[in-house]
Amino acid sequence: MFPILEKQDLTPVIHLWKIRAPRVARKANAGQFIILRHGEEGERIPLTIADWDREAGTVTVVFMEVGATTEKLAALKAGDAIDDFVGPLGKPTEIDRYGDVVCVAGGFAIATIVPIARELKAAGNRVVSIMGFRSKDLVFWEDKLGEFSDDLIVATDDGSYGRKGLVTEPLKEILETQKVDRVIAIGPTVMMKFASLTSKPFGVPTVVSLNPIMVDGTGMCGACRVEVGGETRLACVDGPDFDGHTVDWDLLLSRQRAYVDPETVSVARLHQCEGGCQNG
Amino acid sequence: MAKKEIDLNRVPVAKQDPEVRARNFEEVSLGYRWDEAVKEASRCLQCPKPVCKDGCPVNVLIPEFIKALQEGDMDKAVRALKDKNSLPSVCGRVCPQEEQCEVACVLARKGAPVAIGRLERYVADWALNYSREDDSVPSDVSPSGRRVAVVGAGPAGLTCAADLAKMGHEVTLFEGLHTAGGVLKYGIPEFRLPKRIVQAEVDYVTSLGVTIELDNVVGRTETVDDLFEEGFDAVFLAPGAGAPMFLNIPGENLNNVYSANEFLTRVNLMKAYRFPEYDTPIRSGSRVAVVGGGNVAMDASRCALRLGAEKVYIIYRRSEHEMPAREEERENAKEEGVIFKILTNPRRFIGDEQANVRAVECYEMELGEPDASGRRRPIAKPDTAFELEIDTAIIALGTRPNPVIPTTTPGLELTREGTIATDFKTGRTSRTGVWCGGDMATGAATVISAMGAGKRAAADIDAYLRAL
Ligand SMILES: Cc1cc2nc3c(=O)[nH]c(=O)nc-3n(C[C@H](O)[C@H](O)[C@H](O)COP(=O)(O)OP(=O)(O)OC[C@H]3O[C@@H](n4cnc5c(N)ncnc54)[C@H](O)[C@@H]3O)c2cc1C
Ligand SMILES: Cc1cc2nc3c(=O)[nH]c(=O)nc-3n(C[C@H](O)[C@H](O)[C@H](O)COP(=O)(O)OP(=O)(O)OC[C@H]3O[C@@H](n4cnc5c(N)ncnc54)[C@H](O)[C@@H]3O)c2cc1C
Ligand code: SF4
Ligand code: FES
Repeated sequence: MFPILEKQDLTPVIHLWKIRAPRVARKANAGQFIILRHGEEGERIPLTIADWDREAGTVTVVFMEVGATTEKLAALKAGDAIDDFVGPLGKPTEIDRYGDVVCVAGGFAIATIVPIARELKAAGNRVVSIMGFRSKDLVFWEDKLGEFSDDLIVATDDGSYGRKGLVTEPLKEILETQKVDRVIAIGPTVMMKFASLTSKPFGVPTVVSLNPIMVDGTGMCGACRVEVGGETRLACVDGPDFDGHTVDWDLLLSRQRAYVDPETVSVARLHQCEGGCQNG
Repeated sequence: MAKKEIDLNRVPVAKQDPEVRARNFEEVSLGYRWDEAVKEASRCLQCPKPVCKDGCPVNVLIPEFIKALQEGDMDKAVRALKDKNSLPSVCGRVCPQEEQCEVACVLARKGAPVAIGRLERYVADWALNYSREDDSVPSDVSPSGRRVAVVGAGPAGLTCAADLAKMGHEVTLFEGLHTAGGVLKYGIPEFRLPKRIVQAEVDYVTSLGVTIELDNVVGRTETVDDLFEEGFDAVFLAPGAGAPMFLNIPGENLNNVYSANEFLTRVNLMKAYRFPEYDTPIRSGSRVAVVGGGNVAMDASRCALRLGAEKVYIIYRRSEHEMPAREEERENAKEEGVIFKILTNPRRFIGDEQANVRAVECYEMELGEPDASGRRRPIAKPDTAFELEIDTAIIALGTRPNPVIPTTTPGLELTREGTIATDFKTGRTSRTGVWCGGDMATGAATVISAMGAGKRAAADIDAYLRAL
């Protein structure tokens, strides 16, 4: 069992957990993920490691409610414990002294990019960060990402906070006006796709963190197949970081939608149960 | 010895009706009743030179346990059976007896061999239900003070851990998944091997004092070097050969094209057949193509039927004669309605606008000269391409070793196939203090061979620890 030591609601639908998992904490690095499962009927879902404390033996994850499993998880509180929490999985993000790096993140992935920005900064890079949200009420961790960024731009789709528009616009401006040696883009697949398309004409290496559907997370099932540079790769062991310019984005987008119909059934069932059935 | 009448026919075993069972996940074979088991046991001649025993990879005391059954002494039968086999209710169900003990049985020369597998299952299930007495650690064994880490809780790891615990060592079994059992839990379906039986065997191993640590992927969560640093004196690697192989043909990454591993894991481990009660979904459609001819292909095709498919095809490039699947499983699959498309090879998968698979293009094959495996090589026949309408495809071509342990453990020599180079007699690897066994050492093989490897390694590890 893995106790939840702390829970924070970063926004109404984005939650943070600090979990006691000493073995995972000991090995965790920026860019890696864990897989968790809760309850006899629970499914295995991957979440990126947002922070860790080797001494205290804790790992922090941040997740957004998007479906049945994440909604159920959101109901757990500090003091509860989750059944399974395995990791760290995947390869750590490559950190080096690249020079000028732009970190682009959207939605829950702000939490994911913070440790990456922190390590890039520590490695001597100049870090410019761009964070994007749908609207003002979803903004979180502006201060945290700011701490490791030489420059920070916030954009909201509806203009209710920061700049109005998508993250690709400031990204393009920076690429046009400044020296950029590397772009790291993490967030919803569509955002990563367009960030990659934006940087491609500038020839700036662009790393993305892919999030296909996974089951085991150890290279055993093949669910997480993605195509990069014309080759099939397993995101859980060969990634999750890949070269954004050679990812087959449309394939990834369609594979992520593979279970949309059954997922709708799950959510409907969950909401039905809220009347009082034991699974609710 | 008085000459006795030889009965050349075995006592038949009751099975669920094919039409009924093709729609449920209950066990197919119902197993012998007491009177049937005793009657079948009475066919055994108690040969002075029991060749059946030599046919068994772990030399189960076959005539001995059958004799006890003939005499109705169940405790003795259980003791004899378990003397060499620590997972008998599993082996009684899934071992290829027809290639091992039964093929050797002298009765096979004239008629049907003794149904050793069914008797093994009968005695083992009896033990699960009624006795456990002589299973615990013998009281005269004192703790050795040595610690062993076993990696992977499949048949090889479970067997090795159990034997080492009985020898007085402190054993921790590390398993990457959220449950122990290996392929017995995530691969072989409920209707062939009920999971409560696997769990009973796992519980037995913990009852011997073995600690099972789940959710620990060795190579990621901890490396083999970390294990030594933590104070383990020896490490037994039994992570199986879990990485799926694909065809590498166009369209293979379309939606609803699964590896058999993913399909079976969703169904068996995550219980997707009980979705939405269980959260993990599966998309198994009404027309399913399974590519491959082994046990895995049979299991996947029979799961697809049970998930409601109208048509399930097995696509196999050689003839049925070359299929590696057990005959019993082929027969079961056919009885249930699986359609065999032999001498057929897929060329590409074709998708619809949503990138879901909607057809597979195949071509016909014929058999040429024997190849390196001794089987006749399949050759494509020109101009025979045709499309088969499907909505789900399952690739069941076999599995390879997962590189996660080999690439994170210095000092381990590998073979060309990516398995860990292992001395099969002892389980020793090129690194002192590290043993290996099961599918990771041999490539995909059988439950009983993995178990045998676990036993041999346990004996060698014990000798090594006592000499430290
Ligand atoms: C490497 C990786 C890291 C991730 N990190 C985070 C993170 O830090 N925070 C976060 O909020 N989310 C993260 N995700 C996504 C998260 O796993 C999904 O949001 C979650 O599984 C949705 O489950 P659900 O039942 O609530 O929603 P569902 O209704 O089941 O699904 C909603 C969408 O989530 C995706 N999804 C569903 N099941 C899975 C699965 N088993 N594996 C992957 N994706 C799935 C699908 O694209 C689906 O359309 C990550 C995914 C991957 C692969
Ligand atoms: C669908 C299917 C049907 C089969 N049918 C039959 C049959 O009818 N009869 C028969 O005799 N054989 C059958 N086999 C083959 C048989 O199951 C295997 O040969 C046998 O299970 C191998 O045992 P093992 O202990 O080596 O590995 P496995 O059973 O594969 O167990 C390995 C365990 O190690 C764990 N693991 C892997 N990597 C790590 C890691 N890095 N850290 C921690 N844990 C790890 C895995 O999660 C798994 O639990 C079948 C196989 C499949 C896939
Ligand atoms: S070979 Fe057949 S008849 Fe002879 S002892 Fe073995 S099971 Fe009995
Ligand atoms: S999630 Fe199963 S292979 Fe990647």
